[in-house]
Amino acid sequence: MSDIAIPAGGQAHAHASPHSRHLQHHFHNSAQQFEASKIGMWLFLVTEILLFSGLFLAYFMLQTRHPQAFIEAHHHLDRSLGVLNTLVLLVSSFTMVMAVQSAALNRIKATLIYLYATFGLGGVFLFVKYIEYSHKFHDGLLLGNLFSYKGANVPGEYLFFSMYFVMTGIHGIHIIVGMGVIAYLIWRTHQRVFSSAYYTPIDLTGLYWHLVDLIWIFLFPLLYLVS
Amino acid sequence: MAEVLMQRTPAALHEPEGNFLTENPGLKNWLFTVDHKRIGLMYFWTIMTMFFVGGVLALVLRTELLTPKTTIVSAEVYNQLFTLHGVIMTFLVLVPVIPATLGNFVLPMMLGAKDVAFPRLNLLSYYLYVFGALLAVGAIIGGGLDTGWTFYTPYSSTISGGVSIMTMGAFVLGFSSILTGVNFIATIHKLRAPGLSWYNMPLFIWGMYATAVIQVLATPVIGITMVLLLMERLFQVGIFDASLGGDPVLFQHFFWFYSHPVVYIMILPGMACISEVIPTFSHKPIFGYKAIAWSSVGIAVVSFFVWGHHMFVSGQSEFAGAIFSFLTFVVAIPSGVKVFNWLATMYRGSISLGAPMLYAISFLLLFGIGGLTGLFLGTVAVDVHLHDTYFIVAHFHYVMMGGTLIAFFAGLHYWWPKMYGRMYNELWAAIGCLFVFLGFNGTFIPQFLLGSRGMPRRYYNYLDQFQFLHVASTIGSYLLGVGLVIMAVTLIVPLFRKRYDAPNNPWGAASLEWTVSSPPPTHNFHHVPVVTHGPYDFKAARRLEQMESHS
Ligand code: HEM
Ligand SMILES: [Cu+2]
Repeated sequence: MSDIAIPAGGQAHAHASPHSRHLQHHFHNSAQQFEASKIGMWLFLVTEILLFSGLFLAYFMLQTRHPQAFIEAHHHLDRSLGVLNTLVLLVSSFTMVMAVQSAALNRIKATLIYLYATFGLGGVFLFVKYIEYSHKFHDGLLLGNLFSYKGANVPGEYLFFSMYFVMTGIHGIHIIVGMGVIAYLIWRTHQRVFSSAYYTPIDLTGLYWHLVDLIWIFLFPLLYLVS
Repeated sequence: MAEVLMQRTPAALHEPEGNFLTENPGLKNWLFTVDHKRIGLMYFWTIMTMFFVGGVLALVLRTELLTPKTTIVSAEVYNQLFTLHGVIMTFLVLVPVIPATLGNFVLPMMLGAKDVAFPRLNLLSYYLYVFGALLAVGAIIGGGLDTGWTFYTPYSSTISGGVSIMTMGAFVLGFSSILTGVNFIATIHKLRAPGLSWYNMPLFIWGMYATAVIQVLATPVIGITMVLLLMERLFQVGIFDASLGGDPVLFQHFFWFYSHPVVYIMILPGMACISEVIPTFSHKPIFGYKAIAWSSVGIAVVSFFVWGHHMFVSGQSEFAGAIFSFLTFVVAIPSGVKVFNWLATMYRGSISLGAPMLYAISFLLLFGIGGLTGLFLGTVAVDVHLHDTYFIVAHFHYVMMGGTLIAFFAGLHYWWPKMYGRMYNELWAAIGCLFVFLGFNGTFIPQFLLGSRGMPRRYYNYLDQFQFLHVASTIGSYLLGVGLVIMAVTLIVPLFRKRYDAPNNPWGAASLEWTVSSPPPTHNFHHVPVVTHGPYDFKAARRLEQMESHS
């Protein structure tokens, strides 16, 4: 399993390779550096999945205990906005793929456009979420002791909203972080840092963005389609 | 088998070289370093500071228990002290102590690499640790909390005080631990020197790898648990509170789903150190290399399925209890495999009793006791009697202190000459070890007896009949304290010597970190080393060294 290729004459000369300015001194070559970064990113994604799986577990536990309350409470969510946001994120995943693809083909202009598009779609998602949240705030359909909705007819409905806000809130933070990173990528792309020879950050951010989308794909039916 | 050589130009041999300690001096260069060796040392001194604080707290606790009634502190203070002691020792000392100090320092060198895969993340991990430590300690000093290190709800979610800050601290510390794990896995996969196949890696690396896997898989769960606990405290979201429709036992499941694996985050690195020290000091290749390597992985896997043994009396079903009991027995098997392989390595070896070996032998004895009493506790019927007594306290101190910390001391004495380039006084090191060993047993054997006679844990006062054993335990703890001070002084005194007197390879070991100078140069290796012999092939290593000194 020796997957480390050493250029003839020892690695010291690897620094002389054309793309050396992105190569950190402790790596032998770009491929090795790229693969290491990729492993790191995948591991990070694994931790994200485990983080959310804790939330899913808590959700299922509460739902099993209060099935009626969960069904009742979820009717307060706006299903069409949920569908809209699901589509928005799916499209943003597509634009992200295209950004990576364009970078790989050295089409920097296209990369930029797709990055802007992904960023914008993230913004749309947050905006829709904002509309949803403000309705809930208005109606007092909030988490825990902030729940002040008067028309609830099954006890325990606030538990649903506890989960709703904690889950979508943490997911939303991930969207915001993702947008921050994409903004950084846009800036760096403007500076001509990336090319087909080096686009690791775009590639890895893509992985992250897909995971955040994927989590939403799970959240959507859990929260909007309770049966 | 195995011949030849580390690629080295003769010039590199004679060049007078700087080392990582003295090159780029100045506080700023240290604080912003990305050199894994410096980060390792910064971690080391920070963690040792926390260990000192935790240790002083322990002595205060033991002193309080000299008499059945109030001795020196009030009941409230006592509860806060044991909480702080527990939090510091588990989250701030035992979890990071070996990977972040010895691991950071030697892992890249053992692999023949110049650094870990992500040096900046490594530094970030250090600062997250410092930040988390400040939060945790600040929580106690600022608000105070007396939940114990387990933070069980609903108590922890309803009392006022420092719990919220503490949960944030635990969250941040978890992040730091994850970063170390991610870094090590990527490093081990991608930065091995040519010739260093998986089965050529020192077992220390296997142990670090298994540890890192647990760090990555288990820690996020405590992260989300802490977030939910915080939500519970801020908004009473109701997830962990039965009166609000939730379930406090869910908290316990979450907590132990992390915190049982975390005991293996602690012990696997300890075992990893032992696997280096024992063959080197027995002058004999390790017995059962593959068995030890894979048992680390086995432990890592099974450790995720035994958490229920902490909850035999928390109202989980009898069926679940039986399953968890069975799995608990299963997880002890790989540990047993290791112990017997170490013994077989020593068998007919020519053992030299240097300080690292003395600690390694202490480890075998103490961990043996700790592991076997774990089996008592894994038996449901016995555990119903022993749960939440001093027997538990003694059990986990035998595995955590007698196991992890003693193994850490073994590793510390082993790599100290490499880290600072100076030898310590063997006699005093041995005396320190003796005190530690006797003091430790003096402290905790009485606690086994106390527990089996019904003395509950976390109690401030106790029945008169327990006093004799409590006093014995306290005296033992003072001895232990003396031993630790002797050890610290023995290790620190040589650092004031100007001259580096440690040879490159003082113990005659065979892994790569011993081929570089002591202390190592900033970039570890002048040329990528090529590995041609196994990590415990001491003969081949010696031959190589001789060849080089003739060239
Ligand atoms: C041979 C393997 C082991 C077995 C079978 C085992 C078994 C157990 C069991 C059944 C308990 C629960 C007792 C109770 O609360 O009633 C327990 C508690 C504990 N064990 Fe172990 N154990 C083993 C190894 C370890 C190791 C290696 C460590 C740490 C390095 C460790 C640390 C702890 C701690 C900290 C607790 C108590 C937690 C608390 O309630 O505060 N154990 N052990
Ligand atoms: Cu356990």
